Amino acid sequence: MENIKYFFKNNIRQYGMLIALIVITIFFQIVTNGILLVPMNVTNLILQNAYVFILAIGMTITILTGGNIDLSVGSVVAFIGAICGTLIITMKVNVAVALLLALAIGFIIGIWQGFWIAYIRIPAFIVTLAGMLLFRGLTIFMLKGLTINPFPEAFQKISSGFLPDLAKGAFGKYHSTAILTGIAGTVIYIFYQFRRRASQRRNGFDIMTFPLFLLQITLVSAFIILFSIWLAAYKGLPIIFVIIGILILAYSFFTNRTVPGRYLYFMGGNEKAARLSGINTNKVLFFAYVNMGVLAAVAGIAYTARLNAASPQSGLNFELDAIAACFIGGASAYGGIGTIIGSIIGALVMGVLNNGMSILGIGSDVQQIVKGLVLLFAVAFDVLSKKKSR
Amino acid sequence: MKNITKQFPGVTALKNVSLSIKRGEIHAVVGENGAGKSTLMNILSGVYPHGTYTGQIIFENKERIFRDVRDSEKIGISIIHQELALSPYLSIGENIFLGNERARRSIINWDKTYSDAKELLELVGLKENPHVAIKDISVGKQQLVEIAKALSKKVRLLILDEPTASLNEDDSEHLLNLLLNLKKKGLTSILISHKLNEISQVADSITIIRDGEVIETLEKDKDVINEDRIIKGMVGRELVDRFPKRVPKIGNVSFEIKDWNVFSPLNPDRQIIKNANIMVRQGEIVGIAGLMGAGRTELAMSVFGRSYGLHISGKLIKDGKELHIKTVRQAIDHKIAYTTEDRKTAGLNLIGDLRQNITIAALGKISSHFVIDNEEEIKVSELYRKKLNIRSLNIYQKAGDLSGGNQQKVVLSRWIFAEPDVLILDEPTRGIDVGAKFEIYSIINQLADEGKSIIFISSELPEILGICDRIYVMSNGKIVGEFPKSEATQEGIMKCIMQSIGGNTNGEY
Repeated sequence: MENIKYFFKNNIRQYGMLIALIVITIFFQIVTNGILLVPMNVTNLILQNAYVFILAIGMTITILTGGNIDLSVGSVVAFIGAICGTLIITMKVNVAVALLLALAIGFIIGIWQGFWIAYIRIPAFIVTLAGMLLFRGLTIFMLKGLTINPFPEAFQKISSGFLPDLAKGAFGKYHSTAILTGIAGTVIYIFYQFRRRASQRRNGFDIMTFPLFLLQITLVSAFIILFSIWLAAYKGLPIIFVIIGILILAYSFFTNRTVPGRYLYFMGGNEKAARLSGINTNKVLFFAYVNMGVLAAVAGIAYTARLNAASPQSGLNFELDAIAACFIGGASAYGGIGTIIGSIIGALVMGVLNNGMSILGIGSDVQQIVKGLVLLFAVAFDVLSKKKSR
Repeated sequence: MKNITKQFPGVTALKNVSLSIKRGEIHAVVGENGAGKSTLMNILSGVYPHGTYTGQIIFENKERIFRDVRDSEKIGISIIHQELALSPYLSIGENIFLGNERARRSIINWDKTYSDAKELLELVGLKENPHVAIKDISVGKQQLVEIAKALSKKVRLLILDEPTASLNEDDSEHLLNLLLNLKKKGLTSILISHKLNEISQVADSITIIRDGEVIETLEKDKDVINEDRIIKGMVGRELVDRFPKRVPKIGNVSFEIKDWNVFSPLNPDRQIIKNANIMVRQGEIVGIAGLMGAGRTELAMSVFGRSYGLHISGKLIKDGKELHIKTVRQAIDHKIAYTTEDRKTAGLNLIGDLRQNITIAALGKISSHFVIDNEEEIKVSELYRKKLNIRSLNIYQKAGDLSGGNQQKVVLSRWIFAEPDVLILDEPTRGIDVGAKFEIYSIINQLADEGKSIIFISSELPEILGICDRIYVMSNGKIVGEFPKSEATQEGIMKCIMQSIGGNTNGEY
């Protein structure tokens, strides 16, 4: 019992934000007379916020290293858009080749910024502020200040396409691929949970009581099934949703289960101690920014494909959305605390707020005020609850 | 000061201490590291406000209550700490009047600031332009600026906490003469110092503090003052049975540090470690004794993957083979471990749990292809939690929530898990209570019995004498003595240190 209390005390922030997300969703579901959660809106919520999810994953990693943020990602998104536009539209380069080049450029941008931050030790804030100006400038230069469009369909599909219906009609009007994926996901989830529990029991570790375990499994499975039905009721699984899903799983695994992932947390908790424990903290920091560069390129591709245009002004304030998502989702501004899934929840909170308020016809002025206050109060809640527990 | 008692969580730093200073004298306060000198001075200067201690401060026949440093400054008590409190980028003049600006209605009168500063600089004998930035003058001169600053506040009692610790011979001489001159002008001062030769040169009376108690006060014109008497007073406690028994099983030489030289990363001209030679055998616990700032931590860290210092030269030989270690990782791979003296700022990830803190230095042992085996990690953490008797709720408790002794055990767990042959332990019992100390000594003994070589750095002589098989004495970056356990005494070690500090006539220091 003592253990469970301690566990909840330390994870109050994550659960708190999940509960807040549910409360906010229910609230808007009611005040919008159920419009918020119609299948089309749920799908749109994902498509609209795809770039925030992707950027928030990368941002979580940089923040973990010690509260380091990346202010340049909005400009990098625009710059990658300009690269794609120039390559694909102006130069008629093959889409696949162009995508690889765009990712490579993201990688190089990451190396560039990571070098200054990790090896020259210029504060990340300054390096990426410079990057924000630099890449915005390069974008405008490349596009000569003009918007170029349209992209070929193959490119647009990245953000607006859906997986094909494999067994059309198998579930009536529902999209079969989405349903099947949902079922498969649930089965795999349940299988792994039971396997894990068995091995924990074998090793004599503390385990959840069985009813609690069942409750958890039921809730999560119900959510997966319900969500897949919702997607199936509209057009099925968006391609970008699959990409984001893979990224979330891969990066959660990376941060939770791998040695470099552990280094991120340890370095963020105490860099000096990390160094004296044999961690090359420069390398970890460098990696975090290289990774951010690549993910910014992914976000840039996704956003450009959705916009179906390369515009000099795209990506404005994206960095702020991503940073806010991380902090709302429980990341510490000093590093060492935060999870991928937390930041995704943070991004969803903002996404639901946006959508809900838009449906109600609330202007973007009020939307910004609300989002600003949510960010402030979420972090204030965190700080205050920590003070109390001391 | 009358009947001062000060308690910190778990420790009584001062027990019923009374100290009386006569007007116009230089009163020296001596004692070992941690004896309570600085605590006493912090009370006198209001750093620890009234109410956090018991007892009275009587200054010029009136009881005084200080809520903070300003209160004590108001009536003319100024303290100059070991770490100078100057702002490096501001000028000498700005620093002298920092917090006490020559200003009317918050508008600073710069002409008056600099002309007053000039006068004060003349008074302390510092020939520098008051416009020069603090960072551009030597530490010795900075010390004089501190004194000028105190004088600007119309100081009547000046407290100097080891003012010459980082000064060279000439600067020290100058400073001491300045104190004598100021005394002639009626200034009373308290001088905290380790350097007995300086003390006998300038002090009118000497108070010896040990373990938070005043042992005696000697007066120049009444008592015979000699170093032996002072040293005896400083260390003269009886060794009680505070250390677990052990029969050493000492094997071959396992690790040697040869002709080791290290320069300061802040000032590459300053040599921190001077030609140090140290050797340790299997199953042996070797102590390094010395005062703060002797260079022990710097020696250890420079050996441990060059985590400190510049222009490092010398040889590291382990089991007869020379090692070429450039990073901490390489040091760990060569089975060398180092536990820091400062576990909170350089040892633990306080917001991370026990588990993470225990496995971090050897994650390779519980992972394959960079993927951590969760279950193995939990088992390992539980094992060490039990083995070292770490008192915590579970392995998921944050390291920051543990007591000092348990935190130290977590640090030890980490390094034992890394399976080193050579363990360098830097002040492993600092700030932890007696019971936990005993447990830590037992762990160290057990490691030695397993054949590991232990280098034990400590500022507490009794502890070094209690658990080490052989003791090196370090002073001012040099190894100045070596004692086998049978010949080591506190007096002998202290004398060795004092002689090395007193006898630095070769101008190198």
